[in-house]
Amino acid sequence: MLTVSELTGLLRTSIEEQFSDIWLEGELSNLRAPGSGHIYCTLKDKTSQIRAVLFRSSAVRLRFALQEGMHVIVRGRLTVYEPRGEYQIVLDKVEPKGIGALQLAFEQLKERLAAEGLFDQERKKPIPAFPRTVGVVTSLTGAAIRDILAVLRRRWPTLHILIAPVQVQGEGAGRQIAEALADLNDWGSVDVIIVGRGGGSLEDLWSFNEEIVVRAIAASHVPVVSAVGHEIDVTLADFVADLRAPAPSAAAEAVVPVLVEIVERLRELTVRMGQVMLRHCAFERQRLDAGIRGLTDVRVRLQDAAQRTDDLVDQLREMVQQLLTSARKRIHEAQRDLSGLNPLLTITQGLATVPQFSKRLEGQMGVILAQHRQRIHATLAQLNTLSPLAILGRGYSILQTIPSRQILHRASDVEVGQELEAQLARGRLSCKVTRVCDDSIV
Amino acid sequence: MAAVKFEQAMARLEAIVGELEKNDLPLDESLKIFEEGIRLSKNCLKILEEAEHKVEVLVQDKNGKKRIHAYSPDDTADEPSS
Repeated sequence: MLTVSELTGLLRTSIEEQFSDIWLEGELSNLRAPGSGHIYCTLKDKTSQIRAVLFRSSAVRLRFALQEGMHVIVRGRLTVYEPRGEYQIVLDKVEPKGIGALQLAFEQLKERLAAEGLFDQERKKPIPAFPRTVGVVTSLTGAAIRDILAVLRRRWPTLHILIAPVQVQGEGAGRQIAEALADLNDWGSVDVIIVGRGGGSLEDLWSFNEEIVVRAIAASHVPVVSAVGHEIDVTLADFVADLRAPAPSAAAEAVVPVLVEIVERLRELTVRMGQVMLRHCAFERQRLDAGIRGLTDVRVRLQDAAQRTDDLVDQLREMVQQLLTSARKRIHEAQRDLSGLNPLLTITQGLATVPQFSKRLEGQMGVILAQHRQRIHATLAQLNTLSPLAILGRGYSILQTIPSRQILHRASDVEVGQELEAQLARGRLSCKVTRVCDDSIV
Repeated sequence: MAAVKFEQAMARLEAIVGELEKNDLPLDESLKIFEEGIRLSKNCLKILEEAEHKVEVLVQDKNGKKRIHAYSPDDTADEPSS
């Protein structure tokens, strides 16, 4: 005859001996995680179930979160919980079925952080085109730092590089990377940060999937370029970084341009600017020359006009003279005709007509003169609008030497002390040369 | 920040050259932006010349204070231990 305790003890020993290390596949249900840190659940298949417990020491090693209904493969040992007489499996290891634990953890964290908007495109900061100081978060011992330094130095030899050394794999690496990112941010003068490491297994690269690293990159005010492993390795750091480089050397290429190319670009821009200006000046000078030639034309035309005016006035004077002469002649004839009749009356009449007649003549002459003058003025005004004199109205001036009135084209045409007259749109300035610079504009 | 200043200066310089090459400005305005362009070009060169080539390592000393020292390729002792 056995007691319940004795039987339970025998069963326990027997079960524990026989099932000390087993692999089991099933579906998780009745998940409970009380404050103790232990996790309790039931593993079941279509027809049976078994109680399971994951003690805290094993639970903290889990990289992914257990979920109701999840298919898992577990390893553990069977035991009997004597107070209830229930057998259960004590889990040592839990793996998601069909997918690695790390892969699952990656997917779970990615989903959670994506839902927070951490990977959103709008969060991404632009990478500065010309950083002065580049921060690097990586290990001093890896290949990554050598690659990065080599590329940075080759492209931009005068770059200031500030390395925040960290371990890039293993326990605590994630925390170090996050702190280094914060340190470089605090340093203040860093323009862009490269964070990364060389290639390795998924396990090796794991630090760059840790939440603390992802959040540190998201929190960085300085733009961050991620460079983890090779092209095919994708980590959460890559998702959150402002720019993802496929490898450390590529990150270095992405953050700095090639110095000699920039200097060449500067030179090219400056030369182009000078060429355009020289062309522009030559063009304006041509226009000015044309303008000055135009001015000469105007002078000639003015002289012509004046001469024509003189001619017309002469002709008028002649006409008036003729009119007066013929009038006098007619008066004399009239006087002669009338002398036999009433000479006194005729003479008086005749004398009265003369001033009246000559007044009319003079009036007519005035009208004709005024008309001609008006026509000349109109012609001159028209000439003026067509004339390059208008150039002066746009702010140019013509420089002439005094007293020889030579128009200046080159500074070397005059010497210090030469007196000049500047013809402006309105008025003239008398100037004196204090310095002669014979440079062209560039 | 010098990096930003340089970037802006280069961008402005590109814009000025584009503007001048359009060839539709009066001479005095052309001259004005040309002078600005020459100034920018000189400033850019100055910034490039000023840059100092340094590779440094940011470390934490025993009191938890951050300091920097020059990097040497054999220098591997600076990683914080876990």
